[in-house]
Amino acid sequence: MAAARSKKYARPVFIVDGSRTPFLKARGKPGPFKHAELGINAARPVLQRMPFSPEDFDEVIMGSTMPGPDEANIARLVALRLGCGDKVPAYTVHRNCASGMQALDSAAMSVASGRSDLVLAGGIEAMSRAPLLLHDKMVGWLAKWWGSKTFSAKMKTLSSFSPAMMTPVIALLKGLTDPVVGMNMGQTAEQIAYRFNITREMMDQFAVDSHLRLHQGHENGELSEIEPIYDSKGNLYDFDDGVRSDSTIEKLGKLRPAFDKPYGQVTPGNSAQITDGAAAMVIASEAAVKKFDLPVLARIVQTEWSALSPSEMGLGPAHSIAPLLKSQKLKLDDIDYWEINEAFAAQVLAVVAALKDKDYCKSHLGSRSAFGEIPHEKLNIHGGGVSLGHPVGASGARIVLHMAKILQQRDAKRGIASLCIGGGQGGAMLIERESN
Amino acid sequence: MNESIVDWITETDDQGVLWLTLDQQGTDTNVLSSSVLDQLNLLVDGIVKDIPKAVVICSGKTSGFIAGADVKEFLAVTNKQEAMIMIKRGQNVFSRIESLPCPTVAMIEGFCMGGGTELALACDYRVGLDSSSTKIGLPEVKLGIHPAFGGLVRSTSKINPMHSLEIMLSGRALAMKQAKAMGFVDLVQPKRQIRRAAQQIAFSKPERQSLPMLGKLLSLPGVRNLLSAYMKKQVAKKAAKQHYPAPYAILDVWCQYYGNKKRIMEEEANSVARLIQGDTVRNLIRVFFLQTQLKGLGDKKYFAPKHVHVIGAGVMGGDIAAWCALRGFTVTLQDREPKFLSKAMARAHKLYARRIKVLHERNAALDRLIPDCKGYGVEKADVVIEAIYENSEAKHEIYRDIEPRMKPDAVLATNTSSIPLEELAKALQEPERLVGIHFFNPVAMMPLVEIVKAKQSSRQMIDRAVAFTLHIGKLPLPVKSSPGFLVNRILMPYLVEAVFLHDEGIAPEAIDKAAVDFGMPMGPVELADTVGIDICHSVAKNLSAAYDISVPAGLEKYVDAKKLGKKTGSGFYQYKNGKAVKNRDADLGDQKMIQNRLIFRLLNEAAACLDEKIVDEVDLLDAGIIFGTGFAPFRGGPLNYSQQKGSETITGTMQEYGSQFGERFNPVKGWRLLKSE
Repeated sequence: MAAARSKKYARPVFIVDGSRTPFLKARGKPGPFKHAELGINAARPVLQRMPFSPEDFDEVIMGSTMPGPDEANIARLVALRLGCGDKVPAYTVHRNCASGMQALDSAAMSVASGRSDLVLAGGIEAMSRAPLLLHDKMVGWLAKWWGSKTFSAKMKTLSSFSPAMMTPVIALLKGLTDPVVGMNMGQTAEQIAYRFNITREMMDQFAVDSHLRLHQGHENGELSEIEPIYDSKGNLYDFDDGVRSDSTIEKLGKLRPAFDKPYGQVTPGNSAQITDGAAAMVIASEAAVKKFDLPVLARIVQTEWSALSPSEMGLGPAHSIAPLLKSQKLKLDDIDYWEINEAFAAQVLAVVAALKDKDYCKSHLGSRSAFGEIPHEKLNIHGGGVSLGHPVGASGARIVLHMAKILQQRDAKRGIASLCIGGGQGGAMLIERESN
Repeated sequence: MNESIVDWITETDDQGVLWLTLDQQGTDTNVLSSSVLDQLNLLVDGIVKDIPKAVVICSGKTSGFIAGADVKEFLAVTNKQEAMIMIKRGQNVFSRIESLPCPTVAMIEGFCMGGGTELALACDYRVGLDSSSTKIGLPEVKLGIHPAFGGLVRSTSKINPMHSLEIMLSGRALAMKQAKAMGFVDLVQPKRQIRRAAQQIAFSKPERQSLPMLGKLLSLPGVRNLLSAYMKKQVAKKAAKQHYPAPYAILDVWCQYYGNKKRIMEEEANSVARLIQGDTVRNLIRVFFLQTQLKGLGDKKYFAPKHVHVIGAGVMGGDIAAWCALRGFTVTLQDREPKFLSKAMARAHKLYARRIKVLHERNAALDRLIPDCKGYGVEKADVVIEAIYENSEAKHEIYRDIEPRMKPDAVLATNTSSIPLEELAKALQEPERLVGIHFFNPVAMMPLVEIVKAKQSSRQMIDRAVAFTLHIGKLPLPVKSSPGFLVNRILMPYLVEAVFLHDEGIAPEAIDKAAVDFGMPMGPVELADTVGIDICHSVAKNLSAAYDISVPAGLEKYVDAKKLGKKTGSGFYQYKNGKAVKNRDADLGDQKMIQNRLIFRLLNEAAACLDEKIVDEVDLLDAGIIFGTGFAPFRGGPLNYSQQKGSETITGTMQEYGSQFGERFNPVKGWRLLKSE
């Protein structure tokens, strides 16, 4: 094994393998799989490939932002249902859109510190199953109703009822609105598009590319980490079903802005889809790799987290990539492939623009010169959130897993996976693969 | 107390409760033998002299409470007097317990069956353990009798007769939730509370279980006749009176004598004393012991597999995989492409929805069933079952691929029914590891699995296959590797004869009636339609190459016309909503002749199999045919039937048929191995 070059991880951390479910577009009703089922389906195939038993894990860490009401600490639930046995501890992490990457970083920290040798980590989200909540007024009214003992008290309570109280609170929309700056995520994308002069055409072109690249990737079998899943009726799901192989700039051009109505540019077509999915990876120490003679897909070199104004959360990746490159003394060109989560086409384009903008690099990223331009052909080569969706807790794990697979497929050395995080943060992870 | 009391442990606790723990010596399972009942009687003598605060009856076995009466003792009964002595012994003790002046409680942990349930019903209160292995039932009808120790009387006087009669008629065991709802138990408590619950219910003396309003209404004289007539009709759909008199006897005793406590006790005893003398009871007890015998052919401890890999997700492969996961195994299911797994996964969901009522347990079974088109499971599996279509090259290719990847001591099994294992083993580096594990369709319903011993199969692998079969809750039957093995080979001449009869112009209804009247679960014509005429045709062709079985022209005609039976909506019968449309006015022809022709072919083939040592002995052959085909259980199996009927009588008639209908009826030489009673 190569000696650790990471300054951040005290011991080397390896990605052994991983698999994920297809990402399934939400169709306006609860999807066919609950959070736990997605997590189990994501992890079972990779566990079948491993020479060790699920009971050999030291811990299980999952990222998830809104598991079902009966799925508290989803990581433990998944661990138990995967057959890890009673004795494997598990916890769930929440860093909004980066929860899946946070799970990997937590696993990496645990391995690097020597606490664990073998960790199952990943992310899970069934966004179609985000709950509808009762309005506070309705809850208050119900409390009053249950407290009304006599007939006359009941009548009195009844008279204070208004049907408007029954309007449900949509948890998903609440989750996608920043409570501090009062903007929804789409509006933050509009904000940075404005700042970097990203046009509607640029966004739509990026979205079309995303779909066509994903379609091509499916066709070429380059998304081998996807494992088929079956619902209770036996229906088979074996690819990311939000993909539109017939996407064109003309079609996307017809869509109306969804957030800054009516003059905005961010539309459902150039934003990430609402999607269900999960990914799971095996993270190991050098000792575990030796003990079980495990294959190594890549090494996690370093992870950087950064924060910025919630109103510009989409630029988070730039704020994490910059210190990551600096700390590793790498130039932008040293990176072979990039995965930047597509929360919004505008937002990814703004990140690319920021990193090549000398002024922005100087004033915000602490660099005397610009980092340069991430080449389009090295960025999200098999699509991203716009085409395959962004199940919030799962995406961070998906992009790292896919980056590891790309490095393997193309016999490349370095890749960075990065995403923006609602609430004004960014995360970036550098992984490296030993050349064959 | 008394020195002769060896099976019961008595202990009075500091609250003054007397705990009677049954821990029968020399066995893992408590049964109410004469000796156990006599000892209980002695204990009651003591209790009557010095009345405790309460009596709790419980079991010292981890396996369960009480499995029932001692079935072996039934076989020793030769006349009515002996039967009455045996029955009265139980009735007396239980009545004495019922009339004790102190509260009595049965604390039921694990199964509580037959006589055990009757004892529990004689107690004032019944407390059940909250666990899925705790079941209560009155399964006596399965042995051709009914409760005799006052169980019929007490269950119908405490529990709504709709429920109590149904439980006795079906013989099914109740889980605690249902048992509580019906009133078979008063309380259901977890292990951590059950002793306290038993004590407290005795001390607090809540009202005892009695008939609810509806139950009282249904037990009124005229209403009883109506209910009993209705229930007889229901029973008749499943069991004919001439073959299974016991359920009818239950209804007769209840209907005629309910309300007269003394008389009905007497009649309950009389009825069972009558039933117990017939061949039906003997044969059903034989079936019960055959089951035990098959279970004893292997040792679960010898091999403890955890992971099963199934290749081929067709009806058989998919259902085998689903069954194994249901039984607690981790199962990986492989087929060429993901889409081929869809139907298997849908069927598994359906099976689990039906079989597993507790949601988290159902999820656990689904979690264990892992779609695995890339075949990763091969390397992890302790048992690999190949169940792809019948093509030896395709099977060879799979074996060559998986053998080097399998764990060194894993079992490699094929579910083939038509390709010789010796031929399949040619593709293996270690041919000795291949055995046949041959399931029957529908997997979830059929209890038998044939373990096919090929010439090259190693003893070790066969023993493992047998142990595995026991682990998945099926009955293993080791058979010699020869075309059709045992079950298909014996069944096929019978099916073929049915087609000959049909070709001769006899109505399918007439053919099926003759078989059902004999006691078969389904007529051969309908069976052929259900299995699929194409499948029957290919099995028949396969067997005709090896044995003297000619394939009737009718079979081929239907295959060519793509009328393949139920699955195509039309075969020998037409199908409407999955049910055969039968002509009620069909000409029934010479029923005796039809029945003889069908059954003789089956018996003749059975004798041939015995002669060729396809299985090791008569009992195993009978067991195979009963559990593999549903052959009239009350007849105790084809060879048992032949011997009871007199093999000379049968072969005599067969010779006549031989000259009349063809050589296929000439008795084979295997008949000489059978004796007549």
